[in-house]
Amino acid sequence: MGETHNSEYAIEMLHITKRFPGIIANDDITLQLRHGEIHALLGENGAGKSTLMSVLFGLYQAEEGTIKKDGREVRINNPNDANNLGIGMVHQHFKLVECFTVLDNIIMGVEPVGALGFLQKKQAREKVIALSEKYGLQVDPDAKIEDITVGMQQRTEILKMLYRDNEILIFDEPTAVLTPQEIEELMQIMRNLAAEGKSILFISHKLAEIMAVADRCTVLRKGRYIGTVETKNTTMEELSAMMVGRNVNFHVEKQPARPGDAVLEVKHMTVASRVHNNNAVKDVSFKVRRGEIVCIAGIDGNGQSELVYGITGLEPLVSGSILLDGKDITKASIRKRSASGMSHIPEDRHKHGLVLDYSLEYNMVLQTYFESRFTDRIGFLRRKNIRQYSDRLIDQYDVRSGQGSITPARSMSGGNQQKAIIAREIDKNPEVLVAVQPTRGLDVGAIEYIHKQLVAQRDAGKAVLLISLELDEVMDVPDRILVMYEGEIVGELDPKQTTQEELGLYMAGAKRDEVKDQ
Amino acid sequence: MRKALKNEGVQAFIASIFCILLGVLIGYIVLLCINPSGASESILNVIKNFLYKKPARQMKELGNTLAKTMPLILCSLSILFSYKVGLFNIGAAGQYVAGACASLYAALAWGWGWLPCMIFAVVAGALLGSITGLLKAYCNVNEVISGIMLNWICLYTANTLLTNVKESTSPYTMYLDKINKSSLLPTLGLDRVFGNNENVTIAVPLTVVVAVIVWIILGKTKLGYELKATGNNRNAAKYAGMAQNRNIILTLAISGALAGLAASLLYQTGYMRWECTQSSVPAMGFNGIAAAFLGGLHPIGAIFSSFFIQHITDGGQYVNTNFYSSQISDVISSVIIYLCGFVLFIKLTMKKFLSKKDEQKGAKQ
Ligand SMILES: Nc1ncnc2c1ncn2[C@@H]1O[C@H](COP(=O)(O)OP(=O)(O)OP(=O)(O)O)[C@@H](O)[C@H]1O
Ligand SMILES: [Mg+2]
Repeated sequence: MGETHNSEYAIEMLHITKRFPGIIANDDITLQLRHGEIHALLGENGAGKSTLMSVLFGLYQAEEGTIKKDGREVRINNPNDANNLGIGMVHQHFKLVECFTVLDNIIMGVEPVGALGFLQKKQAREKVIALSEKYGLQVDPDAKIEDITVGMQQRTEILKMLYRDNEILIFDEPTAVLTPQEIEELMQIMRNLAAEGKSILFISHKLAEIMAVADRCTVLRKGRYIGTVETKNTTMEELSAMMVGRNVNFHVEKQPARPGDAVLEVKHMTVASRVHNNNAVKDVSFKVRRGEIVCIAGIDGNGQSELVYGITGLEPLVSGSILLDGKDITKASIRKRSASGMSHIPEDRHKHGLVLDYSLEYNMVLQTYFESRFTDRIGFLRRKNIRQYSDRLIDQYDVRSGQGSITPARSMSGGNQQKAIIAREIDKNPEVLVAVQPTRGLDVGAIEYIHKQLVAQRDAGKAVLLISLELDEVMDVPDRILVMYEGEIVGELDPKQTTQEELGLYMAGAKRDEVKDQ
Repeated sequence: MRKALKNEGVQAFIASIFCILLGVLIGYIVLLCINPSGASESILNVIKNFLYKKPARQMKELGNTLAKTMPLILCSLSILFSYKVGLFNIGAAGQYVAGACASLYAALAWGWGWLPCMIFAVVAGALLGSITGLLKAYCNVNEVISGIMLNWICLYTANTLLTNVKESTSPYTMYLDKINKSSLLPTLGLDRVFGNNENVTIAVPLTVVVAVIVWIILGKTKLGYELKATGNNRNAAKYAGMAQNRNIILTLAISGALAGLAASLLYQTGYMRWECTQSSVPAMGFNGIAAAFLGGLHPIGAIFSSFFIQHITDGGQYVNTNFYSSQISDVISSVIIYLCGFVLFIKLTMKKFLSKKDEQKGAKQ
């Protein structure tokens, strides 16, 4: 490792300014990354974190400011330049080729080729397997990206960076999709990498993680630089106040639930898996009643995604049935389910949740565009109504973007894309809201707001089915927890009675009850 | 100025012009390589096209170009409509053949009037398009593959069927104006404007109306919203409960209908006759691809790009044959048309260049 450095800093980004139509995403921001440190970047949704990192990675060119590596000024015009300087990035929204395998994605661009120009995948495979074992990043090198879970896609992204032997590693919200155990492992990996001399930039909305793993933390707010603090000299409260400009309540305030009759009934549901030949969901039965929030907890990849696909109609059932308000919807189309009062906040906002090339307003009416308030009798869109509706949602849910309703969805920050989807789904005022990791990628202020909305839905006598990997969320928000393990429901817990440890045992499959048909 | 340059529409326009100039330049170089002495004159003639004639003939020649431009516009609308929905309807060429066959057969064998013939052509194109659509939706057969195969099937079916109505002494179908005058498209007096050129018909206003309708459907209606959503993100469209299979079939049916109409508007002017021994699919459908891209994938842009392409193609015949063999005209117009396909590429390069410029400006400050 290069122990003799020309400069105290591995990377310096000095007075960076980057503008987008209607917004200054980075306004005179300075960020200095020391050798071998883990440096966190914190800020609200849309504060400009991803933009700043994209500037460093050569995806955007800043209008003003300079970048120095080891004290020397460098120009980074594209990701290849960044790669040559040893800078690697795991993006907030993965950049993987869906129809390629994990291995192909990892070696893409740096494929080992033999004398005749043939690919030499064997070496590459060995290196990938070695890396994945060394860091405990479990992947199946031969699985196609489109078939694997988001968690495994993330691990692929991390391996991609490690495979390139980069020394400056940018993690844009890497933990948003990982399970608590995986997060713990990832943090250990980051510590090891830092100890090996690599310098890490780490974006996260989870303050506890930042406190646990980062040496220093730089806070941004609305594109501006607020300050850099040593994590050992600060508290979570102070960080969140710096970031949002007010105190945030981390705990969800709610009255005891008063559940009514069942709205959603799942009976002996079995759903096939796309990856393996086994069924991903095996003979699962449960009910969600009016006025309660039920949470499906479990480690990623234990059939939660497929369970949701089955309920919402994205995948057909192998067997079993689903009742919504007493009516059988097992074979109903997605539109029918939506019309009968089901809303769905999808797991993958880019795959299912948004048409990225549409404007924000068009995305706001993605499932309701055909209703008479948005389409007239001849079939013309009522664009004025759509605009008004979208403006209202933007305002109410504080969806931030450069140009309001007409902003292309693609250009919005990840958290604000998520907020737009949540606004759309909750505003449909559904009988049952299926929310898959609704707060994924949101800042603490936004999480507080969304949790309040979920509780408000519940208090209005609606049913909420929450699927979450986030232990705090699992313990805090729902009235009942169902734990899923290997496609089955292995336990029902009362969040007020149980502990995180007990929950952990169920999730790991170490403990299980016979859960009766309720 | 900079702001204007960043506008999508302006970019598309500049890119199109750039491609045209590049195409002309390369065409010129080709001519130079073959025989330098006639090159300048010939390339000028290609560009000038009818303007090279005496003024009295100019309007008439323009009329002929228009008569062939209209089907080209419709073919490019056919391509761009499906392209917006994420489908590449290379089968437009075959759907065009189906339209030609239907309208000619109905006109010559059954003596139908012009409107029924035209509708029959539209239906034939739509039917053929929906076959591709059905294959795509239910058997996941790539629309390009099935499109290409259907093109050939259509060609030979058309040759076989139309042999029944061909002249006994030539491989061409009989003259419409001799057999069934009622099947000719009405001229609405437009022929007089264009030096008594009877090839200029109702096709001209009709095509412009269709282009505007396509524009409105794509940009302002529920159907357009749904189709484009499907094209941009199939998964999101499915999530939103849009009927994907129906949309795929509908798109290709509409696309096919446009191609079918294109053929009817050409053959029912009587300007062209079908050659029953031809062994390749008429180029009209394929040229529609170039026209669609040159027009920036915009229905109104397609009107202008199609006119330009037809203008160049017709201009090809004015290459001086003392210096060049007569096939050279096709080479020149093909080179220009080929480069027209590069519009998107040029647009992208331009965008990159602009953001580089921004950055340099930033660095200087
Ligand atoms: N390519 C782009 N074009 C236009 N505007 C953009 C683009 N990328 C980002 N923006 C805007 O810049 C602002 C900052 O976005 P950025 O993605 O950096 O936020 P972030 O801090 O990463 O937020 P999050 O926590 O939600 O991921 C946002 O308002 C966004 O709308
Ligand atoms: Mg971000």
